[in-house]
Amino acid sequence: MKKTALLFAGAALALNIASVQAATLRMAYDADPVSLDPYEQLSGGTLQLSHMTYDPLVRWDRNLGFEARLAEKWERIDENTMRFHLRKGVKFHSGNELSTKDVVFTFHRLQDSPDFKGVFAPFKAINVIDDYTFDLVTEKPFPLILNNMTYLFPMDSVFFSGEDANGKPKDLLVKHGDSFASRTISGTGPYTVSYREQGVRVEFERNADYWDKKSPGNVDKIVFTPIKEAPTRVAALLAGDVDFIAPVPPTDHERIKSNDNVDLVTMGGTRIITFQMNQERNAAFKDVRVRKAINYAINQEGIVKKIMKGFATPGAQFSPQGYLGHNPALVPRYDLKKAKELMKEAGYSEGFSATMMAPNNRYVNDEKIAQAVVSMLAKINIKIDLKTVPKAQYWPAFDERAADMMMIGWHSDTEDTNNFFEFLSACANKDTGAGQYNSGNYCNPEVDAMMAEANAITDPEKRASIMQAMEKAVYDDAGFVPLHWQNLSWGARKGVDIESIVNVQNFPYIGDLVIEE
Amino acid sequence: MIAFFVKRFFQAVVVMFVISLISFSIQDNLGDPLRELVGQAVSEEERQALRDEMGLNDPFLVQYVRFAKKAVQGDLGDSYFFKKPAFEVIMNKLPATLELVFGATVIIILFSVPVGVYSAINPQSWFSKTVMGLSIIGISIPVFLTAIGLIYLFAIELNWLPSYGRGETSTVMGWETGLLTVDGLQHLILPSCTLASIMLPLFIRLIRSEMMEVLQSEYVKFAWAKGISPRRIYFVHALKNTMLPVITVGGVQIGTMVAYTILTETVFQWPGMGFLFLEAVNRVDTPLIVAYLIVVGAIFVVTNTLVDLIYGLVNPTVKLAGK
Repeated sequence: MKKTALLFAGAALALNIASVQAATLRMAYDADPVSLDPYEQLSGGTLQLSHMTYDPLVRWDRNLGFEARLAEKWERIDENTMRFHLRKGVKFHSGNELSTKDVVFTFHRLQDSPDFKGVFAPFKAINVIDDYTFDLVTEKPFPLILNNMTYLFPMDSVFFSGEDANGKPKDLLVKHGDSFASRTISGTGPYTVSYREQGVRVEFERNADYWDKKSPGNVDKIVFTPIKEAPTRVAALLAGDVDFIAPVPPTDHERIKSNDNVDLVTMGGTRIITFQMNQERNAAFKDVRVRKAINYAINQEGIVKKIMKGFATPGAQFSPQGYLGHNPALVPRYDLKKAKELMKEAGYSEGFSATMMAPNNRYVNDEKIAQAVVSMLAKINIKIDLKTVPKAQYWPAFDERAADMMMIGWHSDTEDTNNFFEFLSACANKDTGAGQYNSGNYCNPEVDAMMAEANAITDPEKRASIMQAMEKAVYDDAGFVPLHWQNLSWGARKGVDIESIVNVQNFPYIGDLVIEE
Repeated sequence: MIAFFVKRFFQAVVVMFVISLISFSIQDNLGDPLRELVGQAVSEEERQALRDEMGLNDPFLVQYVRFAKKAVQGDLGDSYFFKKPAFEVIMNKLPATLELVFGATVIIILFSVPVGVYSAINPQSWFSKTVMGLSIIGISIPVFLTAIGLIYLFAIELNWLPSYGRGETSTVMGWETGLLTVDGLQHLILPSCTLASIMLPLFIRLIRSEMMEVLQSEYVKFAWAKGISPRRIYFVHALKNTMLPVITVGGVQIGTMVAYTILTETVFQWPGMGFLFLEAVNRVDTPLIVAYLIVVGAIFVVTNTLVDLIYGLVNPTVKLAGK
């Protein structure tokens, strides 16, 4: 009898140890991924999912450097060629082994994906050397090969070949409508999807054969719930119904910080919020003095302090700190007196009227920011007629360039300075797609020339000096109105060590998450 | 009776036709669905190609006829976001919403009838006066605030009840229900109370004033004079006649309640069709929006029909199909 009791106690103890080591994470985000296909949509939600269920060739580390994942090492063979060596012995969820054929398969899928083909356009070819070695060839020297390889999450080519039950190819990539790849996963990542009810819940289970044995992660089960309303999301964390939430709205930061059971982690972000001044719609904006006056009249620090509750970094350029092109000499230049002088010089001391549009549910406090800018511009006699609309209606209006001043926030998909210039400030060109989001019609051919140059050299130092000069040129032209970079925030229960897994790209590496009980 | 149903059926068809036409014609003003389907950096040509592929560039009539042809066969189109037939998506979410409405209805009936009757019989008591005062406050507080207040008190401070979601569910004969598990019932309490908070004050006031009026009527006075027991007078003679207008209003209000589920479900992340609709509007998921409006239109017609039937049972002088 005694023996049995002892045995039971021993078993209980063993179970106990196991349960301390293996933990369940209940996480709540504002939305759940639209699809299980990593290449259906280029969005934060999709990339988060890809990092949980797939692995990229390389991934970003905390300092915007690169960490080897499925690519063990890489070297530049000549100006236009980079050679990659794959990690050996990596298995997909299906049991198939990873080799170069999967990389080639995935590469072609990327080139076919409407969302990703832009990022992968600079590549000319992928050449297989052997099962674990391949070369990537570009048209001309290309500096961002590794940046782009963070998007290459090899998919299981054997698993995704053939036809599904509906007679459609398993690797079919569709933006609307059902497809095999949009509801099935076979990756190499730390988790598999065990249950999914779209918009309600996704459950993940740890991949027992995960190749990265060094990963400290001890989360063996994840329950992912989208909670759309920010107050409810925060309440769920405070009530102990979930362990990890993102994003945390600025208004609730104090509440989370003052609570002993939860932690708040914040980080400077990379999404710049700006206004563009349309020179074709409003003649006054053609005058560099007027554009400068507007920049001098807007108090970025004030907006960050009062509206963003300190939860943003005031900026005077596109590139956030850490980017190659970030020019530390460029700082916000709020000076109302100077703004008035410039308006007078330009012959607008009486001011003028302009229209403005901003979304009201896209960026953090977007509507309030726009209203603040309106009142700041009123001080230099610019009368703004502001209209704010939901994002669904805002983007069509933006495409039409429907107002003199329009708000736009931008995150560089390549985590590189040039991406900002290509989309936001390059001379608009319908044929090349340059300046697609340049609603201001700002155009400086010199900056465009520098942009092209920086795109074709691989030496980081040279690129940095060119791109910093580009930032300076646009700053001097007052080509647009930079406001701030939105910060990032996550909240977690004590014991959930998110601090070491979060990053500026905002896809926490949950595979490496450690939960202490 | 049959004539009544046939008439109602044709009414329903007309209602749904009108709804589909209206919702179809507003869809262009909701925004561009493509923007929600593709990333921001996708080029204009790429988006136009997708629009062509999806038939979004066709003239209004072409699009409507294409929709209507499928709709008469029961196919309301596929949701862009869920990639499944919109009707199926809504039907999957319907149980959650109906259970929420059911929970709220139970709360309303349990509280409004006794409280309303009591305050009609004793209009001068302190309890009645307090209830009347509170109901004014209840009507004027927005649902959103009620919900957040309840979450704050019962989920965060007291930690008695869960803060969001539907909890554990079980499936009975194809119906996914949260009513059979303790966890599911716990999850139902706060959202139902929130939803009930909109209608409860209204019903208490309605029952009170109707009952007071009935108590003044000749036949009640006659009943008193006859020496019938107060219990019988209040609950058989008076209450039954009080309920007639209450049922009519109730029927209409159940429809309104479906509309209020949009707010309640959003705050509580309740996986029902109200929340689904709000999300669909945000994502410009037009097939889902159109399908939702049609289904809700159908719910209105059905509840009104049921109310008329019940009305006939409670008040035999009402004839349903004219003559």
